[in-house]
Amino acid sequence: MTVRPLDAPELPPEVLLRVEHLTMRFGGLVAVDDVSFDVRRDEITALIGPNGAGKTTVFNCITGFYKPTVGRLTLRRAEDESWLLERLRDHEISRAAGVARTFQNIRLFGGMTLLENLLVAQHGPLMRASGFTLLGVLGFASYGRAERAAIDKATAWLERIGLIDRADDAAADLPYGDQRRLEIARAMCTDPVLLCLDEPAAGLNPRESAELNTLLRSIRNEGVAVLLIEHDMSVVMEISDHVVVLDYGKKISDGSPAAVREDPKVIAAYLGVEDEEVAKVEQEIERIAEESGA
Amino acid sequence: MEYFAQQLINGVTLGSIYGLIAIGYTMVYGIVGMINFAHGDIFMVGAFLALIVYLALAALGVAFAPLALLIVLVVAMALTALYGWTVERIAYRPLRGSFRLAPLISAIGMAIFLQNYVQVAQGARVKPLPPVVRGYFWQSEGGGGFVVNISNVQVIIVLTTIVSMIAFWLIVTRTSFGRAQRACEQDSKMAALLGVDVDRTISLTFVMGAALASVAGLMYLLYYGVADFYIGFVAGIKAFTAAVLGGIGSLPGAMLGGLLIGLIETLWSAYFSVEYKDVAAFSILVIVLIFLPSGLLGRPEVEKV
Repeated sequence: MTVRPLDAPELPPEVLLRVEHLTMRFGGLVAVDDVSFDVRRDEITALIGPNGAGKTTVFNCITGFYKPTVGRLTLRRAEDESWLLERLRDHEISRAAGVARTFQNIRLFGGMTLLENLLVAQHGPLMRASGFTLLGVLGFASYGRAERAAIDKATAWLERIGLIDRADDAAADLPYGDQRRLEIARAMCTDPVLLCLDEPAAGLNPRESAELNTLLRSIRNEGVAVLLIEHDMSVVMEISDHVVVLDYGKKISDGSPAAVREDPKVIAAYLGVEDEEVAKVEQEIERIAEESGA
Repeated sequence: MEYFAQQLINGVTLGSIYGLIAIGYTMVYGIVGMINFAHGDIFMVGAFLALIVYLALAALGVAFAPLALLIVLVVAMALTALYGWTVERIAYRPLRGSFRLAPLISAIGMAIFLQNYVQVAQGARVKPLPPVVRGYFWQSEGGGGFVVNISNVQVIIVLTTIVSMIAFWLIVTRTSFGRAQRACEQDSKMAALLGVDVDRTISLTFVMGAALASVAGLMYLLYYGVADFYIGFVAGIKAFTAAVLGGIGSLPGAMLGGLLIGLIETLWSAYFSVEYKDVAAFSILVIVLIFLPSGLLGRPEVEKV
């Protein structure tokens, strides 16, 4: 079965991905409960929330790991090309819709070289160019060109993340921070329009974390929207243009980093209080602020 | 000494055939983690298809042996590959994601099906192939009384095996498909998220395995001159032993294991007893599983923590 894009664009031009009423149930557990938000082009959107808030579940729905129980995920790749992500098979999410992701625990192909890792990500176009291997085996020139272009792109990315010297080493031999960067480069080699990163800064030292911020900003400036899950608030506040906060599977706040930071519901969620106590906590925070100010 | 040399030559020939079949086992195990017990019968189907194509060509009057063999090889590979693809499509793919034993049982069922199908369709009697390739490539002077022979058939078998292996190796290491295959082997879900069509990659793996098995089938047919519906069972189990001996999942291991099993079997028949050659080969399987569970070239599985 081949999938076709939707006929009419249904999203405003600045919106890349619209998540509507996303709900994911596992038996009796509601991991994500009626969450809606937009990911806009040219923005870094951060998905934050306490542990168990459902952030990774939202990611898994967007990238085809789970089929959502309820909800619609519309991605407008180009002006006249929109996709419903929940209807795509896992490899089509990358190939047709242009969504790439990384994982919290690194999932590189450890036994393959850095270069090969980046080439696997370009398998779709290469497979087409190679006439499904047959022409490639027979040595057709078009395949040679496609393969060279793929290698050039991989090389450019290796240079960009500073790992060109290790192109032929096994990916598993890299130190942790380098593996994280390689995973992002690999995701970018699929030519995505949306890059989903699950805690990219986890386990990085401050210098690596700063490098990561620079890399993510440059990716955004090249027109690829970034959606990231992050625990490190300094990273979130520094680089994101738009923050969505989840708690117990529900969206509790959505807006600019500055607005979200001030949102009492967010503060309460992070401090771990019940909804009824939010007002009380707010007062307390104000009192503390006044006292420290005075 | 001459006797030993002769046995070595025979062993390498037989080992080449086992090695070609073993690749199919090891490759499928690598990518889907199951033992495709129908693979031996795919080899048998390959031998029959080669026989049928050859006889058809003979009836059409293609008498020039090298040309006929080349056509037989290509047509038999294509048709056997189709069988391999079909078996995967109807017997294994619907069971993917099911419990581990399900595809195994399905594979055994498929093996029984193929055997019976060929038995009914082609008859249970042994089918002979008129000798296609005659003569000797090389013969020793025979001063010591024993003449060492390398027949043309043996040369063809070893050369064809080497060429197939090189072609196969190039596909796995140099092409985008090979990379995708290795990526699926390591983490198929991640490969899918990078745009690799995992189902298609698995299908093509079965196709390649079946194509190599049909090469082995043709070689078997040339070497022994006969085929029946039951050859797939013993040859398949021995090739499986070869794959385990070399380290299941390892491609060079499969070839090495095939050669070793071929040599062990031949040397055992030459110096001990022909009757016990299968016992010798399968004792190897038991010994390897006890002392070297990951095989000669296999990587031991390291528990991730």
